[in-house]
Amino acid sequence: MTTTTAEPGTVAPVKQKNKSDVQGSGRLAAVLLSPTFLVLALVVGYPIIDALRESMYQRSNGLDANGFVVKGDKFVGLKNYTDILTGDASHAFWNAFYNTTFFTVVGVLIETILGVAMALVMHQAFRGRGFVRASILVPWAIPTAVSALLWRWVFQADGVANAMIGHQVLWTTEGFHAKVAVLIADTWKTAPFVGLLVLAGLQLIPAEVYEAAKVDGAGTWYTFRKITLPLIKPVLLVAVLFRLLDVLRFFDLPFVLIGAHKDSVETLSMLAYDEASNLRYGPAAAYATILFVYVAVVAYAFVKLLGADIIGEARSRKKTAAKRAKKGPRAAREATA
Amino acid sequence: MASVSRMTRFAVIAASVAVVAAACGGSSDDDKKGGSGDAGALSGRGPITLATGKDTSGNMQNLVNTWNQQHPKEQARIIELPEDADAQRQQMVQNAQTKSNAYSVLNLDVVWTAEFAANQWIAQLPKDQFDLTKFLPAATKTGEYRNNLYAAPWKTDAGLLYYNKDLLDKAGIKEAPKTWAEMQQDCAKVKGAKCYAGQFEKYEGLTVNFSEAVASAGGVVVDDSGKPNVNTPQAKQGLDFLVNGFKNGMIPKEAISYKEEESRRAFEKGDLVFYRQWPYAYALSSKEGDSKVVDKFGVAPLPGLNGPGAPTLGGHNLAISKFAPNKATALDFIKYLTSEQTERANLIASSEAPTLAALYDDAELQKKFPYLTTLKASLLNAKPRPQAVRYGDVTAAIQEAAYSALTGKATSDKALADLQNKLGQLITS
Repeated sequence: MTTTTAEPGTVAPVKQKNKSDVQGSGRLAAVLLSPTFLVLALVVGYPIIDALRESMYQRSNGLDANGFVVKGDKFVGLKNYTDILTGDASHAFWNAFYNTTFFTVVGVLIETILGVAMALVMHQAFRGRGFVRASILVPWAIPTAVSALLWRWVFQADGVANAMIGHQVLWTTEGFHAKVAVLIADTWKTAPFVGLLVLAGLQLIPAEVYEAAKVDGAGTWYTFRKITLPLIKPVLLVAVLFRLLDVLRFFDLPFVLIGAHKDSVETLSMLAYDEASNLRYGPAAAYATILFVYVAVVAYAFVKLLGADIIGEARSRKKTAAKRAKKGPRAAREATA
Repeated sequence: MASVSRMTRFAVIAASVAVVAAACGGSSDDDKKGGSGDAGALSGRGPITLATGKDTSGNMQNLVNTWNQQHPKEQARIIELPEDADAQRQQMVQNAQTKSNAYSVLNLDVVWTAEFAANQWIAQLPKDQFDLTKFLPAATKTGEYRNNLYAAPWKTDAGLLYYNKDLLDKAGIKEAPKTWAEMQQDCAKVKGAKCYAGQFEKYEGLTVNFSEAVASAGGVVVDDSGKPNVNTPQAKQGLDFLVNGFKNGMIPKEAISYKEEESRRAFEKGDLVFYRQWPYAYALSSKEGDSKVVDKFGVAPLPGLNGPGAPTLGGHNLAISKFAPNKATALDFIKYLTSEQTERANLIASSEAPTLAALYDDAELQKKFPYLTTLKASLLNAKPRPQAVRYGDVTAAIQEAAYSALTGKATSDKALADLQNKLGQLITS
């Protein structure tokens, strides 16, 4: 077995590390990491705090006698938030909130199923496997804005999509079909991402497990459900989490493919963009903050409910690896015996 | 350290992108100086820059090279911005908000003047140093804000009616229609093609097409004093021309997804008898290649309800950034670009419509560009879009109203009443 080739030499450093941890090199670690924390505080912490501050302000939009804009920001407390949630803009907000959630739930579900299917295909040994793997990854390599333009061309009135279904659907107009167009384009682009990650997971499953299942008389579906799925679960959950976070800040695809100010596909990011481009940075920051909280809640719920314990997973894997390494020599001896 | 919850880490990574985007534009600790923008402060000489959208004509560099040969100590350099107009505006606004001196001369879309002037991002130009009588009056107006000149008219644009000569000849029609009714009668005689299209996708083009329809029926969106006045019987007749057009099939229903290029493709395939388009398409449709209408199409002024219609004015003006050094050089550079010699050279090289009226009457140029006479007639009749400080919101409101009427989501009465209400809130004059 390949996992148990550990020699005594690799066991010793693991032990040493554990011991030195006890001796309290934590302070040294903190010092060594502090440049990183400083950079994080600058590029992550500061913008977030500044955006929170900004979301409490409103730009005055009155004109003075000469027709010039009266300058200066005014502190308005939580007014930007209450305006968004209950004021005139609330219709647009809740519509965008619904769209964002719809794209997230439906999109990620389709992408996950297709992605897993793709990974299973890519994992098979057959002629031209390298070619299939490469071609499946092409969509992922294309920038979203470019792929949105490609799909715009496919979905135009006299485009390929209408020629194929033999019926004229005006995909980029308001209506459910606009959502469908976005979902198709998004799935085309991101299912390969899920597929790639799942493929990596599949390659870690030892062939022996499948052989044993076969010997025990398990069918294909049963094998998939009881062996493949549980073993790729950690990888799959990471892939899904990444996709969730990605779709929640969906912007470029609906914006380029369908267009701005279309109720059918308007997402929260698009609302924030629209406010910002009309120089209303306060409300824009408020939209962004609401989206931030939404993303945080979803990520937290996902991690808690499904146990997509990414950092913890890595930690415990290290532990079991260390344990296995300790047992290693004996296991190897048993295997050869 | 492990007590930092995982959730926070993820959340921070995930959403920081969204928040950063919003934060970037913020933090405006504006100075309170304000004051009236008197025109006397254009001083300083030296190198300058010209911030302009992607140069699709390919001739801008030549114009700048000529200037640079004559002014070795006051070199101009082009800073090319994206092709998309919104992206250009955004970069210029961001530069102005950080008071960056990177851009000296700004190539502004005609609808941005009010916003840039009211925010004091551009310097007032001395009216007396430009011979404004030589320019097309409507074009000059787009560079003004509150009767002061902020941008010099450089390139102009107005919609024209393109018609398929071949189809009209076959139906025995000699002349382009002058009214909507004539156009519909002509279409009834033509077989095998859709009647009319424009640009009706929900974007700036819809604002243009809507304003044209309203103005061609004798209505206004915003009146001369700047007050919105769109809930009128005339405006309704204009909007209904488009709404009924979609209903009775005069306008093909896919036209709701047309921008300039989609409509041009449909026309070049021979699918349309008439369509409304900017002059730029003239050169493209005349090129051998995909176009099936080479030498088989003509242009005329837009038709209207009771006579010739009123096109919407497009184009670009040149302004000087308030935060740029060397404003005196920038002013000279603008005078150079808007001079008769330069505009003539640019018209010949790029077929972009000039702002100087005399060039349209030049026999030599008319021979080269047969549509110049038609274009001048259209330009003299052209109406500007609302000059609003919050133009982005104004055009979004117009698009919303027009789109909901065209798609049948709202009656034209309701759409116009809503629009009037919305514009009343947005335009504070």
